[in-house]
Amino acid sequence: MNLIAEIEAEQVAALAKDIPDFKAGDTIRVGYKVTEGTRSRVQNYEGVCIARKNGTGIAGSFTVRKISFGEGVERVFPLHSTNIDSITVVRRGRVRRAKLYYLRARRGKSARIAEVTNYKPISGAEANT
Amino acid sequence: MLRSGVIAKKVGMTRLFMEDGKQIPVTVLQLDNLQVVAQRTAEKDGYSAVQLGAGTAKAKRVSKAMRGHYATANVAPKRKIAEFRVAPENLIGVGEEITANHYFEGQFVDVSGTSIGKGFQGAMKRWNFGGLRASHGVSISHRSHGSTGQCQDPGKVFKGKKMAGHMGAARVTTQNLQVVRTDADRGLIMVKGAVPGSKGGWVTIKDAVKKAVPENVIYPAALKSAAAEAERLAAEAAAAAAAEEEAAAKAAAEAEQAAMEAAEAEAPAAEGGDENES
Repeated sequence: MNLIAEIEAEQVAALAKDIPDFKAGDTIRVGYKVTEGTRSRVQNYEGVCIARKNGTGIAGSFTVRKISFGEGVERVFPLHSTNIDSITVVRRGRVRRAKLYYLRARRGKSARIAEVTNYKPISGAEANT
Repeated sequence: MLRSGVIAKKVGMTRLFMEDGKQIPVTVLQLDNLQVVAQRTAEKDGYSAVQLGAGTAKAKRVSKAMRGHYATANVAPKRKIAEFRVAPENLIGVGEEITANHYFEGQFVDVSGTSIGKGFQGAMKRWNFGGLRASHGVSISHRSHGSTGQCQDPGKVFKGKKMAGHMGAARVTTQNLQVVRTDADRGLIMVKGAVPGSKGGWVTIKDAVKKAVPENVIYPAALKSAAAEAERLAAEAAAAAAAEEEAAAKAAAEAEQAAMEAAEAEAPAAEGGDENES
């Protein structure tokens, strides 16, 4: 393992984030820490994960899309961000793409994603979802 | 007071997540067997500086002259050598090893290195020229530099005119980079932002010239021998404290023993009440 990979692995271990097994197409809820003045609270952001990038390492991130007041909103979260309080998988979707950018052009009925009925947690992953 | 800089190897870039949710892009620089190879003094050379060497080179790949130079310094052959001007009082002894504690977190540094070579490049990439228009009669020369001067007077292109040519592979200094983290055990210095050169390239780090020198920098340098000495002193102090404690405990035990003996001797005379004596 080279030095950069070592440093990144150390940091991932030190951050000790509880990241569930999820992929594009899953509906997820992200608890994001928001600081207002001096007070900080956790804000939930729920939507469809349309992309995961750069794997599970320190550079990993995922994009969550939701329709808010009729307007599509996308947010990119770093996987290991210290601002993320929790990630919960709400629903597992069945999709055939790794990146669901085609959802941006769709509205309503055609933007739905079928649910996976035979989901099996991958071995080693947390089954708490 | 000018103090020495260091030679480091660029390992690569990564990011650090801070407690407050911020992410910081950092370049990881590594000190690899960084030792003083020679000194330049005002009497001998007319200026004062330290010559540092970093990395390890195979002895058979080093020229005989350089082998002799390393032999006089009594250090292993180095891969990279650089000189740093220092104030005469900040000269470092030959053979001393500098550690990553030379810089502290939050300090600003200047990092110099050889930038990545770009080859022969046009004026748009090399000098950020705008190029010509996409239409309105421009043909073939959309990325050209356009005019290079005036007319019959002066009748020449001025020297230093920005034109296409070789780009990169030149010495570049990035100023005022902040040190985010240091790791003396592995010899790592992490600075915020990018550093010139490719991965595995050699760079030199100096205290920032455009910032006031912080008060808590270590003069003349953070040396391995000094760290070892501090450790030895700490160990000695700890040992002395332990010995003192032991001696105190022993004295207390002796006193107790004496008290017991005294009590025993007294016991036939006056029974009871001597429990409190110890």
